[in-house]
Amino acid sequence: MVKILPRREVVIVGFGWTGAILAEQLTAEGLDVVALERGVWRDTSTEYAVTNIQDEVRYRYRDELFEDLSRETLTFRNDISQTALPMRMLGSFLPGTNVGGAGVHWNGQTWRFLPSDFVAKSHNEERYGPLADGMTVQDWGITYDELEPHYTRFEDLCGISGKAGNINGQIQEGGNPFEGWRSKEYPNPPLEMVLAPKMFAKAATELGYKPFPGPAANMSQAYTNPLGVQMAPCTYCGFCEKYACGNYSKATPATTIIPALMQRENFELRTEAMVLRVIKSPDGKRAEGVEYITPEGEILHQPADIVILAAYITHNVHLMLTSGIGTPYDPRTGQGVVGKNYAYQCVSGVIVFFDEDTHINPYVGAGALGMVVDNFNGDNFDHTGLGFIGGGYIGQWQTNGRPMESHPVPEGTPKFGAGWKKAVRESYGHTVGIGTHGAVMSHRGNYLDLDPTYTDAYGRPLLRMTFDFTDNEFNMSNYLTDRAVEIAKAMGGREIREGRRKGHYSIVPYQSTHNTGGTIMGSNPRESVINKYQQSWDLENLFLTGAGAFPQNPGYNPTGTVAALAYHTADAIRNIYLKSPGPLVQA
Amino acid sequence: MPMTRRALLAGASLLAFSTAVQARTYSGGIPWKAARSNPPEIFDPEARFFTPEERAFISAAVDRLIPADDFPSATESGVVTFLENQLSGAYGRGDIYYMKGPFRKGEPTQGYQSQAPGILYRQAIADINTLLKSEQNKSFTDLSPDEQDTFLMRLSEGKAELEHVDGKTFFDTFWQDTQLGFFGDPVHGGNRDMASWKMLGFPGARYDYREYVNHDGRKLSFEPVSVAGNFMKEAH
Repeated sequence: MVKILPRREVVIVGFGWTGAILAEQLTAEGLDVVALERGVWRDTSTEYAVTNIQDEVRYRYRDELFEDLSRETLTFRNDISQTALPMRMLGSFLPGTNVGGAGVHWNGQTWRFLPSDFVAKSHNEERYGPLADGMTVQDWGITYDELEPHYTRFEDLCGISGKAGNINGQIQEGGNPFEGWRSKEYPNPPLEMVLAPKMFAKAATELGYKPFPGPAANMSQAYTNPLGVQMAPCTYCGFCEKYACGNYSKATPATTIIPALMQRENFELRTEAMVLRVIKSPDGKRAEGVEYITPEGEILHQPADIVILAAYITHNVHLMLTSGIGTPYDPRTGQGVVGKNYAYQCVSGVIVFFDEDTHINPYVGAGALGMVVDNFNGDNFDHTGLGFIGGGYIGQWQTNGRPMESHPVPEGTPKFGAGWKKAVRESYGHTVGIGTHGAVMSHRGNYLDLDPTYTDAYGRPLLRMTFDFTDNEFNMSNYLTDRAVEIAKAMGGREIREGRRKGHYSIVPYQSTHNTGGTIMGSNPRESVINKYQQSWDLENLFLTGAGAFPQNPGYNPTGTVAALAYHTADAIRNIYLKSPGPLVQA
Repeated sequence: MPMTRRALLAGASLLAFSTAVQARTYSGGIPWKAARSNPPEIFDPEARFFTPEERAFISAAVDRLIPADDFPSATESGVVTFLENQLSGAYGRGDIYYMKGPFRKGEPTQGYQSQAPGILYRQAIADINTLLKSEQNKSFTDLSPDEQDTFLMRLSEGKAELEHVDGKTFFDTFWQDTQLGFFGDPVHGGNRDMASWKMLGFPGARYDYREYVNHDGRKLSFEPVSVAGNFMKEAH
């Protein structure tokens, strides 16, 4: 028995970064907006209090802020010859739940993509010739210039701490000389650096690179954002990623938007509202609304004029597939679009071990406290003869000294026992980690569809992920790791340990929560699910936000671009769609 | 269809809801409540998951994984108490994991494919003792420390064929849980007296290092603190 609720102007599914951005923007326009969140309300200052949050067991290893896999998960395999099996425990990536979503427990590394990233196919083909076999890289259908004001808007909202490298085409000393033009300086100065990133920057400079402070959503000083929400200086506690910040020092939906949004009479949030599907109109041309279930098992139908899917990417793709919207992608024929071009991040690392007189004090840290070299990202360097396109940044982020998660030991240390314990004790506090953060280009065999065997707690088939790294990733990552090793050796430690990307992608070790694609954007409905305004090509009143839009994943953290795209979409709804509802781009 | 700009009639739509749904509907302000907090659950020193035989296996094994030196061993740190608490609670039951069948052995890249951790531990310990009985006519606790190390290494390499469960999955799970008990906050029953934090020089649940950002490589020294504060002294 489905109960039909009164019609609303806008329904938003999922209340993380993009859900909150769209809700704020559309309520500012006077629209009546309801957001449906599967998780619960959490109050930042009390329930994420700094007296409770620094608990590795509870938060990192027992998943308190992450999605509950007993309700819904996905199945995984490396290629279509294998049988996909359920992701029974979280590992490689950590989607969020509750109000604020994964935006609550991110590190805060807030990047813009390069102008060339948005035209990856045409740019690389023009410079290097045809793409490798099986590579399904596409242009985005949107340009960096179109997104620039929206990047700025998000950086102002969050109070990003950083140093501009390019203001209106003028290269700025101390910033990233490779970045796209920005219309103004960051709203806050860079965080004060601890020793480790300074050591990295010194070595990188000696090698001729241009290191700069990583853009951080950790506050370098007190800040009041354009919505009037106040944030406090970061205290360098070293519990950002996988944790919440009760100190209002890390930009999250709850510390930047929600306090202002909740005051608005035309906004309503419903929690523990698990959306099961999008309901299509009888003629199949519009989204009628969404159907959701409460913890009591009551099924409710929320009709709306505009439907926005702002869930995590895997769930947005899942909702499209289970609602029968668009043509599912088929890797055998290359036809269809929903689930196409799933991609990820390809990371590697090098650890430098110093003697016992060098005290790194690793616990003095912050999620985006670091120095970065961008010489080998995107097309910032000549790829001729290298066997790959794309790249990534190399950085030293001093994020934490959490003892369970961060106790590196040198090569050759016994797996356990007395020798292991001694090595842990001698190494902790005397190591510096350098990371490479590489792109994953899209590939014909990497995609998302529905699993034929396993179902979720609501009886729906699980999403099935088929993914592996390809030669492009290995060649790229080895090249970046070689550069990182050179920097590591120049830092003057006792020894180094390489953590290269080897073998098949595994869903077990944590790598990054940078899943992308599956509802990709593009210039036409044959190649993409949404247009550049993130509007569905199939249902004109359906919009999808999040990293599902990325046709491939560049070598930066995704949140800055995810948010910029959300603002761009909000702008299009406010200024174009409301005046004349219909397709914003003609197919 | 042109979009209307009607203002929401405050509360009107709530009439359609049951009380439970209304309680989860937020509008018109931040739902702040006085004296709300979300403190950690404090471990129970009496919690029991393991049988006496299983507990003997676990105690012997964790002290081979983390033996005593100048700093306490795993059992001395309370790791067994930690495991008893974890396995008799939500973790052991697999409450937040996907535990629907069919269960199949997959590729290593596909991750954990066993039943709930509590079932895995119980079955693995029984299987290990069955295997050792058939091979050497001894149980794990009868082995010498060196023989125990050799067996644990074999288990970790996937070279011990257990009857009902995957030996390497058990080792990986057990080793991670052991480390978690050793390094985790004492509020969960392990890391007694914050011994591992003292060993490393980790200050625990402190949160303001602004004065020390410019440490430039000099040794900082803090007395560690737990999220539970001083009242934990009584529980241990």
